[in-house]
Amino acid sequence: MEQTAIGQANLTSIIFFLGFVASTLGITYWAAKRTRSTSEFYAAGRSITGFQNGLALAGDYMSAASFLGIAGLVSTRGYDGLIYSVGWLVGWPILTFLIAEPLRNLGKYTFADVLAYRLSQRPIRTAAATGSLVTVLFYLIAQMVGAGTLIKLMFGLPYEVALILVGTLMIAYVLFGGMLATTWVQIIKAVLLLGGATILVLLTLSKFGFSYAELFQAASTQYGDKFLQPGGLVSDPIDAFSLGLALMFGTAGLPHILMRFYTVPDAKEARKSVFYATGFIGYFYILTVTIGFGAAVLVGSKIITGIDKGGNMAAPLLAEALGGDVFLGFLAAVAFATILAVVAGLTLAGASALSHDLYVGVIRKGVANEKEEVKVARMATVGLGVAAILLGMLFKGQNVAFMVGLAFAVAASANFPALVMSIFWKGLSTTGAVASIYTGLFLAVGLIVVSPTVWVDIFKNPAALYPLKNPGLFSMGAAFIVAIAVSLLTADKGAEEKFSEEKLRSYVGIGAE
Amino acid sequence: MQTDVNVAKMLEDPEFKALTSQKNRISLILTVCEMVLFFGFIALIAFQKPFLGTKISGAVTIGIPIAVGAIVFSWVLTGIYVFWANTKYDSMVRRIRERLGG
Repeated sequence: MEQTAIGQANLTSIIFFLGFVASTLGITYWAAKRTRSTSEFYAAGRSITGFQNGLALAGDYMSAASFLGIAGLVSTRGYDGLIYSVGWLVGWPILTFLIAEPLRNLGKYTFADVLAYRLSQRPIRTAAATGSLVTVLFYLIAQMVGAGTLIKLMFGLPYEVALILVGTLMIAYVLFGGMLATTWVQIIKAVLLLGGATILVLLTLSKFGFSYAELFQAASTQYGDKFLQPGGLVSDPIDAFSLGLALMFGTAGLPHILMRFYTVPDAKEARKSVFYATGFIGYFYILTVTIGFGAAVLVGSKIITGIDKGGNMAAPLLAEALGGDVFLGFLAAVAFATILAVVAGLTLAGASALSHDLYVGVIRKGVANEKEEVKVARMATVGLGVAAILLGMLFKGQNVAFMVGLAFAVAASANFPALVMSIFWKGLSTTGAVASIYTGLFLAVGLIVVSPTVWVDIFKNPAALYPLKNPGLFSMGAAFIVAIAVSLLTADKGAEEKFSEEKLRSYVGIGAE
Repeated sequence: MQTDVNVAKMLEDPEFKALTSQKNRISLILTVCEMVLFFGFIALIAFQKPFLGTKISGAVTIGIPIAVGAIVFSWVLTGIYVFWANTKYDSMVRRIRERLGG
């Protein structure tokens, strides 16, 4: 392939893109009429089925960065890309086993509701909202910078224009259509992404007689045996373990994912939805890895890295090679839809932390009527959307890939330990939980700053103060230790007494909203 | 919401106690399984690279089915949990709620 249409405005991609925007805005209009109460704004009136929520969870989680990034990593580094993809799935079973059902039974709109069930409202909501917002902001910056770069690469739109376009659309979905519109944007995106990737995999395999063995044979002939063997990804086992912990337990602490469990009617549907989601996401990674190997063989890693050093254009290039301009246009529009669905979910989660936890729970001490709360949530949505656009511009050209890892580390260290302990450990006190959240938060962020990733690569210091690239092992470990030690020192009678009531609601669902 | 009498009664109920301990046990066992699965895989990559590079058929190395197996098995584990909860757990909850109200 000598020429590529990537980076030029392509008629089919514009048509697909406009079709997507028109239909999602139509859905937003429909949803806006059904979005008045808090339960409608934050939780789609709890009207989503387990299967729909499974798709929406997958739509919330499968980012353009992981689709294009993993395909790119596989196409340039072979087996190492496959290792990487496994790590992004392993948090989902943990979420199923420990969190999904108790979360649904105990909370209302945010995971802070679960903590506030028996701990003192104001300190715990302040801490949990801080943990949520930091997680959401790091995740959002990474997504926005990625969005600007990818859209520029694919459509040739200037970075700033791309950011304003993404920001405006996501604000429109969340502001007017709340969780109902966000959910359907995520469902449509999941169907398009899974469908598009499936077609691309079928087209790829058709070149190899529908045999994976032949695909791998061709890859090995072209790039040598090394391509199908582990390379340098796990060079430091402790660092890999630390990253693994953050990925595994961070998923169960991501506010935008946790929030989705309130959109289903009960714990049974919550449990089903996470099973569907895990299946869709696992299938998606297998497709993405196949696309990566296909691109390596059929496009060639030289051409892929020639267009983008990170390999991000592997999947679009393969789509163009196998399906021409039309399929490339479709896939480009799908990537755009993917970005929008993820940032909309993040914005809604951030807005709910600001309005439900900080404004109503802390500033108004729990007394605010629904109308007021929804109004504040809408203001928070606009504020966060504008902040996301500005942060995207501020971090233009920076390497922000580490920020997604950091979001997972904060989620695993600040949000997860307090959440899981409030569900399972009677002795957790308010002071213990609050101390745990701030410890996890400051250690995760602080250790990243003094790690090789930021201290050496960005601040250009000669040596890192903390040797590992991943803080998870220490920040999450410390958060658990602090939670236990401080709780033992500051016994919380009131919280302990409420544990029996919490247990009934958590396991049997009595009183669940 | 329930009256306090019912809450106390239910908490002392042997079937409720069995329910919570059984659920905690299943959740814990499956969590440990997933951790062994994933960190075992990471350990293989860290310490047994040549093993993962062993060819099993043509160019295909054993590392490929192991990695794909880790993805599939993670999903299977969630399936085991959901199947257990949909059949056993839900009927235990129903029995308790019928007997004690709620």
